[in-house]
Amino acid sequence: MSATTTTATALLNISGVNKRFGGLQALTDVGIRIEQGQIYGLIGPNGAGKTTFFNVITGLYQPDTGRFELGGKPYSPSAPHEVAKAGIARTFQNIRLFGEMTALENVMVGRHVRTHQGVIGAILRHKAARAEEAAIRARARELLDFVGIGQFADRTARGLAYGDQRRLEIARALATEPRLLALDEPAAGMNATEKLALRELLVKIQAAGVTILLIEHDVKLMMGLCDRISVLEYGKLIAEGLPAEIQKNKAVIEAYLGTGPV
Amino acid sequence: MALLTFDTAHKPRQAYASMAILLAVMLVFPFVASQFGNSWVRILDMALLYIMLALGLNIVVGFAGLLDLGYIAFFAVGAYLTGLMASPQFAALLESVVNYSPALGDSLTAMFGESIRTDGIHLSVWAIVPLAALVAALFGALLGAPTLKLRGDYLAIVTLGFGEIIRIFMNNLNDPINFTNGPQGINLIDPIRIFGVSLAGEAGSRATVYIGGLKLPSVNAYYFLFLLLCIVTIFMTSRLQHSRLGRAWVAIREDEIAAKAMGINTRNVKLLAFSMGASFGGVAGAMFAAFQGFISPESFSFTESIAVLAMVVLGGIGHIPGVVMGGVLLAALPEVLRHVVEPAQRTLFGKVLIEAEVLRQLLYGLAMVVIMLYRPAGLWPSPRKEDRPAAALAKEEAEEAA
Amino acid sequence: MMMSLGNVVCRRAAQQEKEKPTMETFIQQILNGLVLGSMYALIALGYTMVYGVLNLINFAHGDVLMIGAMVGLSILKFLDASFPGMAGGLQLAIAIVGAIPVAMLVNVLIERIAYRRLRNAPRLAPLITAIGVSILLQTIAMMIWGRSPLPFPQLLSSEPIMVGGAVISQTQVLLLVLAGCAMMGLVFLVEKTKMGRAMRAVAENPRVAGLMGVDSNRVVVITFAIGAALAAVAGVMWGANYASIQFAMGTVPGMKAFSAAVLGGIGNIYGAMIGGIVLGIIESLGAGYIGDLTGGFLGSNYQDIFAFIVLILVLTVRPSGIMGERVADRA
Repeated sequence: MSATTTTATALLNISGVNKRFGGLQALTDVGIRIEQGQIYGLIGPNGAGKTTFFNVITGLYQPDTGRFELGGKPYSPSAPHEVAKAGIARTFQNIRLFGEMTALENVMVGRHVRTHQGVIGAILRHKAARAEEAAIRARARELLDFVGIGQFADRTARGLAYGDQRRLEIARALATEPRLLALDEPAAGMNATEKLALRELLVKIQAAGVTILLIEHDVKLMMGLCDRISVLEYGKLIAEGLPAEIQKNKAVIEAYLGTGPV
Repeated sequence: MALLTFDTAHKPRQAYASMAILLAVMLVFPFVASQFGNSWVRILDMALLYIMLALGLNIVVGFAGLLDLGYIAFFAVGAYLTGLMASPQFAALLESVVNYSPALGDSLTAMFGESIRTDGIHLSVWAIVPLAALVAALFGALLGAPTLKLRGDYLAIVTLGFGEIIRIFMNNLNDPINFTNGPQGINLIDPIRIFGVSLAGEAGSRATVYIGGLKLPSVNAYYFLFLLLCIVTIFMTSRLQHSRLGRAWVAIREDEIAAKAMGINTRNVKLLAFSMGASFGGVAGAMFAAFQGFISPESFSFTESIAVLAMVVLGGIGHIPGVVMGGVLLAALPEVLRHVVEPAQRTLFGKVLIEAEVLRQLLYGLAMVVIMLYRPAGLWPSPRKEDRPAAALAKEEAEEAA
Repeated sequence: MMMSLGNVVCRRAAQQEKEKPTMETFIQQILNGLVLGSMYALIALGYTMVYGVLNLINFAHGDVLMIGAMVGLSILKFLDASFPGMAGGLQLAIAIVGAIPVAMLVNVLIERIAYRRLRNAPRLAPLITAIGVSILLQTIAMMIWGRSPLPFPQLLSSEPIMVGGAVISQTQVLLLVLAGCAMMGLVFLVEKTKMGRAMRAVAENPRVAGLMGVDSNRVVVITFAIGAALAAVAGVMWGANYASIQFAMGTVPGMKAFSAAVLGGIGNIYGAMIGGIVLGIIESLGAGYIGDLTGGFLGSNYQDIFAFIVLILVLTVRPSGIMGERVADRA
């Protein structure tokens, strides 16, 4: 990672996001800046607005204000499928797989945004269509192997173990060829062994050149994994920096543990 | 059902063998049935059209999970288009245009030729079929567009509303300009003519078709045409199901938000579902109009939309063989009832207590309730659990746990 | 189709419209709209209450209206045969009082048998079941009461009452009064009684209501019962107003009433009342003036499409309706 980074080389540069739901100001002037190749963490107490921020970045919610740039170019978070096309893929806090499809088919759906055969190709199955379909299938298998569930390719997604479902969701997101992979609490509900395996997987993904933005509650996991961390509380950024700094940050400690004698 | 399988992915040899057997039976059927008169073949002719409809609706409801309660509107569009373009109706329309605005009337005559004043327009089947498919597809997109952001039950009601609106227009679009001839409907619609041979038989041949040296009753001729169209429909919908587009449809059905997040343009994909589904309905409608020679708004009511929906739901929602079976059962059912149940009642009770029509409706209603309560995946659901909608699996899991 | 497509007064008014547009005609249209709207409001309340607690469109609700009308007619025939001298108004009252429990029973049975098991199923299943129930009700009615339209006797005086140049019948006045009383009664029930509070709690969040000791099944049953009672009143009054009923009479008014419920804000009983009245007026004015609006191209026989157009517009432009939705948080 280069030591001198300017705005031009940041992969994701977001600033000034405000979002209001009726009477509740969910996000106040939130921004984030992620460099290419980082694993970036977003933490904060429950209800701080982390998933809301995710939803805004990925187009599920419309922000009231905000500037959004991916790879130096502005992008409009107006529609989720446009965001995916631009290069941000995500997973969900409550796993959202296509339950009745097989694991393989789930990942194949992830290839949709980078492929283009339509009605004609479907019906005629001409050479180009067959080639694309074979490529989709092959790539999907690759990704299943990459995340470690290759052996479950033909299993119905609903039937997979919880940890494998999380992996499947990641594989599906990776199938969209994202530049930024946004994971919403991927370690939720996992035991220590599973978390270790997840950590390895994330490092592997980073090594493959994908930048990662991560919401998590497991502080230990985050400290060991992330290059930089932002902290949200009540919709506002209260701290940003290296993990070591965050750990010692007074405001952060207060947010999690409350004020009073420690 | 275990003997017949159509799962080409997992059991190819058995699947193709099943298909071959079925095809053989279907090809031989009319020759056997003709021994008993024309009625059974005629019943199957209508059943084949219903199967096409069910397969088209299966794209919308089964694949994409969009509950369309007004699907018959596309059947009507295809039928009325044929009624307008392959019968004397256009002459009547022109007359009314002339009454309303003489200038417009003259320009239309100039475009199409003097004969349309007296005879109307008579396009051939080769023009009618693609036209019906196209116009129906357009209507599909048009009627689907307002529903894109609606949740399931609202979507259903809005599509129902559209179905009704189309029917009301068909019933009333005869004044001041006579498009549809109102409640009287359009008759004298041209039969299908293929390579100069009319499938209704030439005048005076008593509905017999002569091809080369062969002699066929007209209903048999139509039977083979409709069988061919059905096979083409099955082929096309099956290909659509197992494709990038088919996966996108199922993704939307399973979890629309996740589908969007994975880059699927749900608006366009949903519109495609409506359009593709509608186009099959339109072609079936065109065939219906030509076959019957006469159409009226009564054939395109909400009851008909429900009948087609019932075929999809009862047969096996999303599963093509199941849908075909549902179509055969429910289309043939009224006739079977009439030929079997009514005489049975006479023998048992001395008179007909429940007419066939009434019994049919009762069975429809009961079937829909019972199937949803006890077998929501349909009578012949997909052997692959992946193809079944969530309701069915949730039910099965509950049963297994109990 | 049937008389429900436009009552006679409405059509005549539309014709008068073409000859001589006047203020009186306008008032007539408004009055017709109020009458029609009260009918829709009564039916819409049933839809909206059920949707509020169960997130379910009771497709068969229109047919419950029909059952109310049919039972009412049967009662009238019985009274006519057994007590020939009885006053028309009394007959009508007995018919209504008799139709209500039958309609309630039917609706409660429907809920118990067809809907309860599917409470947590994806939305497709109960909707299809509901359609099946609707078909069953219509077919059974057809078997009991026959296929043809049945004439409803004239019970109240047909002397028209003049209201500022417009005409209204005694039956229509009674309808307005009944509708008004029913709505006031319902508001009182929902706002001031314990059961009403329970209904609102279940409508808002069934699980939490359960935790607070509310038996949500019982609340659901009562919701269905009340909706049915209102539908029965509407059914009998429909027969009295249009003088003819038939086994299929419930479908179209049902759909229109549902549109009214959505227009007002689904789940919101004030919304159903307002939506019903507004839709009635829109339909009445629309049918009256559509000829002029479209240069003679479309006539009042297109009346039925207004409800659907309103529905589509509302769902496209402002899905929460006039008063805002109130649907259960079933997450």
